[in-house]
Amino acid sequence: MTTIDSATVRKDFPIFDRLIDDKPIVYLDSANTSQKPRQVIDAMTHFMENSYAPINRSAYKLAAEADVLYEGARSKIARFINAAHADEIVFTKNATEALNLVTHSWGRTNLQAGDVVVLTHMEHHANIVPWHMLAAERGIVLRWVPLTADGQLDLTDLVTLLDGAKAFGFTAMSNVLGTINPVHLLCDAAHAAGAIAVVDGCQYVPHNVTDVQAWGADFMAFSSHKMCGPSGVGALWGKAALLDAMPAFMGGGNMIADVRLDGFTTAPVPAKFEAGTPPITEVVGFGAAVDYLTELGMANVRRHEMDLAGYAITSLKARYGDEITIHGPSNIEVRGATLSFAFRDIHPHDVSQVLDQQNVCVRAGHHCAKPLMRLLNVTATARASFYIYNDESDADALADALEGASDIFGF
Amino acid sequence: MPGLEDLYREIILDHYRTPRNRGELAPPAVRAEGHNPLCGDEIQVYLDVTDGVVSDIKVAGQGCSISQSSASMMSQAVKGKSLAEVRALVRRFKGMMSVDEPDVDEAEQAAADAVKLGDLEALQGVVKFPVRIKCATLAWNTLLQAMSELPASA
Repeated sequence: MTTIDSATVRKDFPIFDRLIDDKPIVYLDSANTSQKPRQVIDAMTHFMENSYAPINRSAYKLAAEADVLYEGARSKIARFINAAHADEIVFTKNATEALNLVTHSWGRTNLQAGDVVVLTHMEHHANIVPWHMLAAERGIVLRWVPLTADGQLDLTDLVTLLDGAKAFGFTAMSNVLGTINPVHLLCDAAHAAGAIAVVDGCQYVPHNVTDVQAWGADFMAFSSHKMCGPSGVGALWGKAALLDAMPAFMGGGNMIADVRLDGFTTAPVPAKFEAGTPPITEVVGFGAAVDYLTELGMANVRRHEMDLAGYAITSLKARYGDEITIHGPSNIEVRGATLSFAFRDIHPHDVSQVLDQQNVCVRAGHHCAKPLMRLLNVTATARASFYIYNDESDADALADALEGASDIFGF
Repeated sequence: MPGLEDLYREIILDHYRTPRNRGELAPPAVRAEGHNPLCGDEIQVYLDVTDGVVSDIKVAGQGCSISQSSASMMSQAVKGKSLAEVRALVRRFKGMMSVDEPDVDEAEQAAADAVKLGDLEALQGVVKFPVRIKCATLAWNTLLQAMSELPASA
């Protein structure tokens, strides 16, 4: 018995009314991007039809109204992750830009040649490549936290790895393995070593209760499109003292207090980091998405997905035994409902092609985590990821559709 | 909607299960590496050219049934052919995949049009699955890269 009724939730998502080849869509790619509920679509449409105007720069009533809605979304999002203050939320294009903001602004200010940054072997490219770029530009040194056999962080040598480090960047939940990391413990370990904790919350925030203050994190990046909101907007949360001390990321309108012929002064946070016209309608949609999830209750969402992950793992293993390998922890207490798997010897691309015949949508590929793929000794995996609108019937549809792969490839 | 039988023809599955010309070649053979950034597939093509003719070719790497079978059939098709014939074949194959090569003059196009694809025709169904075109052309683009790295004397 779960506390989320997926059949009811599904009715909020217009896309599930669509049939492809006369069959319903079994959407198991929410770790990639989530579908959008009517409430978010309506909020954005209503905003564009009734209240659309520039923000932060005009005195007329319509602009003031748009401004209130834009800043209102910031407040909702801050409450959703329990930030100390709404101004600790900086809107970006996506989580990738949020992480790049940290490496460009905080990193260039605080890191010199030889300084150590610790990352983990399960990071998404978005939390690897910006640090590689900093390494190439100014010679910082990267160290890597390894993984255990069941896809959790191996913390045996964490203290040694963090010794002398200036920053520790890690994901709260792996986009490939589904592993949920002990974020609070990792933040404490970072601070004990004198490092800041940079959390990639992209996969965690849409599925769990998030409390950045309880974690004791310093930065967290997350995106709207994985949590029922529109694409085109993400956010960086950062501790006010850190954001205040950082130089601007991009220059332009909105981010300045004054511009003279001989220079400029920046606006206070968060405007300092929001150069140019932001994605106004998308921010409003992001706020509506947070309202929608808050209404469902994030503790309920987590419980629903634990049940679903448990059901999917158990039923796939019961049906296919050793012919299916599900990567990541088997203990659902430390994993989300994101299942990367190998099926027989069939390449993930071919698996996903066959599943698509039944409209079962899964991702096949390296999931922007090539170092992790090398560790797993694969070039790609198939990944089924579940969300609030999925239920046990979707796990069954996945299991049924896999039969088709055996038929074609003749194993 | 196109059926999977259009994609997974028996000859494709045969080349996938039993790939031809798998392996590596030692220098002076030229080695080129291709990646499909979308899915992580990796392929290495080793090319030996003597007197302007492909004397040997080997393919290594990992990938899906379409990329692997395309590579296997390609290796069979180019062995023993002159570089000019190989170029015409590549053009013809990419044309079948609806990928047009830039800067092709009329004579080159005519030469490509005249090429018989043989078994490679089996990959025609890939066009109906546009996402998979990159899988089918990966080996061919890697072959072109290997050819571009041949010493002038080859």
